[in-house]
Amino acid sequence: MKILLGLAMALTLPAQVTHERLLNAGNEPANWLTYSGNFAGHRFSQLDQINDQNVAGLAPLWVYQVNSLQKLETTPLVMDGIMYLTEPPSHVTALDTRTGKPLWKYRRVIPEDVRVCCGQVNRGVAALGDLLYLGTVDAHLVALDAKTGAVRWDVPVADYKAGYSITAAPLAVKDKIVVGMAGGEYGVRGFLDAYDAKTGKLAWRFWTIPGPGEPGHDTWAGDTWKTGSATTWVTGSYDPELNAIYWGTGNPGPDWNGDQRGGSNLYSDSVLALDADSGKLKWHFQFTPHDVHDWDSTEVPVLVETEVRGTKRKLLLFPNRNGFLYGLDRVSGEFLWGKPYAKQTWAKGLDDSGRPIRLPNTFPTLEGTAVWPGVAGANNWYSPSYSPRTGLLYVATREAGAVYFTGEAEYSKGEQFNGGGFRSVQGEEPWGAVRAFEPATGKLAWEYRLFTPPWSGLLSTGGNLLFGSTNEGQVFALAASTGKVLWRFQAGGLARSNPITYLSDGKQHVATAVGNAMYVFALKP
Amino acid sequence: MISWAVVLLQLAQVLDLPTVTNNPHTTAADLALGKKLFAARCAGCHGPGGDGGKGANLVVPVLPRATNDLGLYRVIRYGLMDTEMPGSNMTPLEIWQVAAHVKTLGRMEEGRLPGDAGRGGELVRGKAGCMQCHAVGVEGGRVGPSLSDIGSRRGPRYLREKLLEPAKDVPDQFRLVNVTLKTGQRVTGIRLNEDNWSIQLRDMKDGLHSFWKDDVAELKEDRRTVMPSYRGRLADGELNDVVAYLTGLRGNQ
Repeated sequence: MKILLGLAMALTLPAQVTHERLLNAGNEPANWLTYSGNFAGHRFSQLDQINDQNVAGLAPLWVYQVNSLQKLETTPLVMDGIMYLTEPPSHVTALDTRTGKPLWKYRRVIPEDVRVCCGQVNRGVAALGDLLYLGTVDAHLVALDAKTGAVRWDVPVADYKAGYSITAAPLAVKDKIVVGMAGGEYGVRGFLDAYDAKTGKLAWRFWTIPGPGEPGHDTWAGDTWKTGSATTWVTGSYDPELNAIYWGTGNPGPDWNGDQRGGSNLYSDSVLALDADSGKLKWHFQFTPHDVHDWDSTEVPVLVETEVRGTKRKLLLFPNRNGFLYGLDRVSGEFLWGKPYAKQTWAKGLDDSGRPIRLPNTFPTLEGTAVWPGVAGANNWYSPSYSPRTGLLYVATREAGAVYFTGEAEYSKGEQFNGGGFRSVQGEEPWGAVRAFEPATGKLAWEYRLFTPPWSGLLSTGGNLLFGSTNEGQVFALAASTGKVLWRFQAGGLARSNPITYLSDGKQHVATAVGNAMYVFALKP
Repeated sequence: MISWAVVLLQLAQVLDLPTVTNNPHTTAADLALGKKLFAARCAGCHGPGGDGGKGANLVVPVLPRATNDLGLYRVIRYGLMDTEMPGSNMTPLEIWQVAAHVKTLGRMEEGRLPGDAGRGGELVRGKAGCMQCHAVGVEGGRVGPSLSDIGSRRGPRYLREKLLEPAKDVPDQFRLVNVTLKTGQRVTGIRLNEDNWSIQLRDMKDGLHSFWKDDVAELKEDRRTVMPSYRGRLADGELNDVVAYLTGLRGNQ
């Protein structure tokens, strides 16, 4: 009876999500506690109830329909049998994982004049203590009571009227909530913020574009640093041993016309290593200096320990939108290796420091310049996965070019600040692939071809499975070791999300959004 | 009465459509921004001048799918279901600005075409053999896209290019493929869908087929398109005639 009571309590009173629990999130696979499943950005789960032997019996358990025409790019969290799902534009719904029924809803009224370049999306909440943290498209950070959805505090992060918004899931680290911002097509000045988790008071802000007198300020001509973007719109990773937060930054603005912003434009298109307590810069690595192709480096940094050329390294793997896959030493920021992992036509290669050796005639022009990768890149915001079981990094890779145009770029507060545009390459048949790479070298282990360039991330599991989904609406499972297809399901919509897995009543579920609905799968009884 | 008003108000909010019917943003500054946005967001398909490419010809006095301002707003915001026109994530203000610019395109002089539309019509039905695959009204075939309103969907420049280089920009619904099954059965038809695991097609006699790729021994694109190039088949003057005829097809046949 006591045990039964205990179970019932566990369902109604979610345990506190402490920093210690988040540190060990990987060892608590019944729950999905943080955006990438663990701080290292692995999107891996030890769960193996569903595995390469029985995955053929996987079937939909329930579907939750989202009442919005906006894209559903969410990664839900799951704690103690409750799924915390974000819905566009900036809503949260708590769902019972057994039935898919809503337990509470937070619905935010969004001002009509918010500016979000690419859809009023939200990619998830963070959890800490008994609160959930939500970034909103009107650029607020909101703390919700995980039990009721009631607002505990709500602070403005930036002025949405100037084009700032928040679409990324925040990251809870120690007693702080780290939150990135978006708005890279509106001439904003990028930053990464950390707020006190209890009060919502700003703890630190790191400007991704150095101000006057700061190192790197001279990489922007004139006043262009004020409108240079370098946003932080995808959730980063954290190494507790080094107390370092790793976070990617977006394109310099205006996107396709770099004429006025002469210089390398630090810290756009970079990965930043910041001290988690102070927000001070430990190191940075810029992937695409003076970008003119909109190649945001807002991908999820994957933290892995492995030997590189005989030396044990703390690695940071970064499958960049610019077509190169990078292995950096995350202690020092040193470039260890980098190689193209998709078709690219803009660089001869990388030099010894990892800097691209640009080819001539690859900048946008008035008439248009065809370059690979295209504007959406070889990878994008959706998540890669790393399986400690197979030792492989998995990337849903895009193979497509674009014709890039340059145009006028005059800044006006809150207006698009693009400086050009793009279109698809006539006659090209874009495609995609799930690719598996060895972390020590970037060597391709296997590839599984996809019909079109994907918009969905990957999840690897202890059951030797790799889950993903396609633009044509299928959710699939591959053998993580070989790339062989073991299961698929037609869910009837373009998939733009990242899969997760967890236990509900002791049974493994796999959840992923397709079209405008959340799908949850379980083995047929 | 009141409840109906509430329902209508809620409906408007659900669809997040503006409550005005006439474009409220048509100043010179709006038009300038609209032009810029058009260049970045629309010109890829509609052409820099809006006279059509992969997307519709917008240099027409009346847009058939958007006969008023709100209609145009709706098309830009949500796209056109089952066409290549996607929805847009621009702000309401930006959509109005683009709409304002698009409306100015229709006021531009449609350049007088050099060809003779009457002769063009005869060529389309005769020597050029277009009607074997294309329909004008109820007349003609269904292997290729209908031409009934081609003049409002595509501009003359694009039509001429298409007649000369038909494999360019084949709409996804009109790919001709050959499927050979492991049983030896062969089917040739227009691809209706394809993904990693299956393909659906319509054969030349309108028979519908669906195959798992596991059952397929060979799948190849027969040709990019069955449409022949008219380079050399039609004289330059005849090409002008056909383009003039097609440009005049505005869905009123």
